Amino acid sequence: MRREKINTDFTTLFHEGRELLRSRSHERIDRHREEAFRRFLQLGGVPDNSEEYKHADLLPVFDRDYRVTLHPPRQEVDPNTLFTCNVSELDTHVLLTVNGWFGNKEEVLELPGGIVICGLAVAATRYPSLLEAHYNRHVAAGERDGLVALNTAFAQDGIFVHVPAGAVMEKPLQVVNLMRGNANLMAFQRNLVIVGKGARATILVCDHTLSDHSFLSNSATEMAVGDNASLEYYHVQNQHIEASQINSLFVTQGRDARFDANIITLYGGFIRNNLFVSLTGEGGECNLHGIYLSDKKQRVDNFTAIDHIAPRCRSHEHFKGVLDDAAVATFTGRVTVRPNAQKTEAYQANHNLLLTDTARVNTRPQLVIDADDVKCSHGATVGQLNEEAMFYLRSRGIGEAEARLMMMFGFAHEIVGRVRLVPLREQLDDLIEKRLRGELTKCYNCVLHCKKF
Amino acid sequence: MNELLKIRDLHAVADGKEILKGINLEVNAGEVHAIMGPNGAGKSTLSAVLTGRENFTVTRGEVWFKGKNLLELPAEDRAREGIFLSFQYPVEIPGVSTVNFLKTAINEHRKYRGEPPYPAGEFLKMIREKMEWVGIDSKLLNRSLNEGFSGGEKKKNEIFQMAVLEPLLAILDETDSGLDIDALRVVANGVNRLKGAENATIVITHYQRLLAYIVPDVVHVLYDGRIVKTAGKELAIELEKQGYDWIKRQLAEGN
Ligand SMILES: Nc1ncnc2c1ncn2[C@@H]1O[C@H](COP(=O)(O)OP(=O)(O)OP(=O)(O)O)[C@@H](O)[C@H]1O
Ligand SMILES: [Mg+2]
Repeated sequence: MRREKINTDFTTLFHEGRELLRSRSHERIDRHREEAFRRFLQLGGVPDNSEEYKHADLLPVFDRDYRVTLHPPRQEVDPNTLFTCNVSELDTHVLLTVNGWFGNKEEVLELPGGIVICGLAVAATRYPSLLEAHYNRHVAAGERDGLVALNTAFAQDGIFVHVPAGAVMEKPLQVVNLMRGNANLMAFQRNLVIVGKGARATILVCDHTLSDHSFLSNSATEMAVGDNASLEYYHVQNQHIEASQINSLFVTQGRDARFDANIITLYGGFIRNNLFVSLTGEGGECNLHGIYLSDKKQRVDNFTAIDHIAPRCRSHEHFKGVLDDAAVATFTGRVTVRPNAQKTEAYQANHNLLLTDTARVNTRPQLVIDADDVKCSHGATVGQLNEEAMFYLRSRGIGEAEARLMMMFGFAHEIVGRVRLVPLREQLDDLIEKRLRGELTKCYNCVLHCKKF
Repeated sequence: MNELLKIRDLHAVADGKEILKGINLEVNAGEVHAIMGPNGAGKSTLSAVLTGRENFTVTRGEVWFKGKNLLELPAEDRAREGIFLSFQYPVEIPGVSTVNFLKTAINEHRKYRGEPPYPAGEFLKMIREKMEWVGIDSKLLNRSLNEGFSGGEKKKNEIFQMAVLEPLLAILDETDSGLDIDALRVVANGVNRLKGAENATIVITHYQRLLAYIVPDVVHVLYDGRIVKTAGKELAIELEKQGYDWIKRQLAEGN
């Protein structure tokens, strides 16, 4: 019943907003909406018991009164005053989005090598051929995901990045996604990142909430990583407990292309990360890493699907989590090795620490292997802190509480230690330590004062 | 004589099995004791019980350390009181760097004694110096504790930690196993350097070669959960030559 009502509300919103959407967005974006919305309905609307969203329990996430604004927010304040980056020594190009909209609508950042960064809506008119070639072209892997279709039906703006062939982005791009409002809000952000042949780029995405309303962000990001190109992607998720987010990331890698992702989930009420990677050219390499620290009733759900289409590609996944109170985490590691993808190497691991009897973990490796000459492995653990290690630390005079903390920190550091941006790594270590010590709420470094949860 | 450790009729069980069956031992400050004995005799169990490992239950007996009832203290307080165990099998702790671990450990000791944290500027200097004592590569400092260390590096790291923490009673559980001949000498020299009139060492070993460097005042044989023989350092030489059969025989005859 509730689900039907939610789906009906979306249908109403879509029909009533259709003209507005058409008038506001370029045809290159707009032309995909009907088909996408039809697919959303065909798939049954908000996913219920689908295999992909099995443990996600989306209903409570969607079943709230959200306002969906099809207009960009009025810019009564300069978004740049809303946020100060707390990774002070990290030299980045900082861009903001507010509720899914590119912060400074008309701004176009041009960097050496022809690199362009701007809003997606602006890019639709400025870079027609790139949009034609890439927009909505990388989402096939998510064709059974109604939420991706829903994003395509409603999304108007987000970040657009083009790193042309051979160009190197010297400083990382930092995208700060802010959610703020004076009512509960739902947002649909859509990003497109194109890294041309032999080009290199680093992107850091930080999510923050600036007011204490319920937020639901259903975003989708397409990333094309060309032959011999390399893209490093960091996503730091730090929202409040009333915030929900669904991030769908679609990566298409060319020959010898490399993609590294590090998803750091510090806080949030409901977080679903979909990571779809298609290894379409020989010799591609993809490394997906994630750490989640969850307590109270937080839910973190990482869904990864790596498709080995071409031979001789390597994929490596490692997700780790520390779960306290009644937190629930899910990890799905789907790896498909197509018949043609000989000499594939695919490794996957998911390790969880449960600090209470009420925290829960669902871990689901799903390997579909149709080639014979492959190396694949997967492993998952759900457990408490190693008792022998605890004793070792205590036998050196370290108290029990401190010993636990050190071990949890060490557990997390195995992922954080892979962050190559040194100031970010140090900051994350620091945040995680504070978080594990319980010294940190989501209000850490928020510039607006908000209620503590 | 300044009595440091006194063990009386100590019995301990694990998983319903009695492993220590009445240990008596006294160690004074300034002494080196060697404990030898066949595999499975209970040597590591004794060190675990002394350091507060909770999966062994003491069913009878008492242990006094500096006049305090040791068995009442949690593991961390025993360490802070000055007991140190060089593990037979040091544990790997991923993600915790050796240097951070040591800094935490030393400051927890200082806090217990009511002292301020180790001055940050001098800490690294002290660490470097102690590393030299035991011939350990400074690269290991920033690596995860024991993770991927070679067998010998793990053992050296134990003695390095001992040098940093300066215990009153050090128990070295087969520290010599896994060390090459040169490393054995270096490590033994490190241990000797730490020796003083205030502290004592219990060396658990199977071989005389370590005792050639760390010369014991007393040698004990632990067999089937009891100390069945105690003599001077010549006992170690005799055991090396003859093994344990003659002791077992003596025991059988005595019964
Ligand atoms: N947790 C346990 N549960 C049951 N038995 C145990 C446990 N721990 C140790 N033991 C047993 O107690 C006995 C003594 O073990 P311990 O490790 O103390 O021997 P050890 O003298 O140190 O031998 P080694 O020379 O081989 O190191 C062995 O038979 C061992 O299997
Ligand atoms: Mg032993």
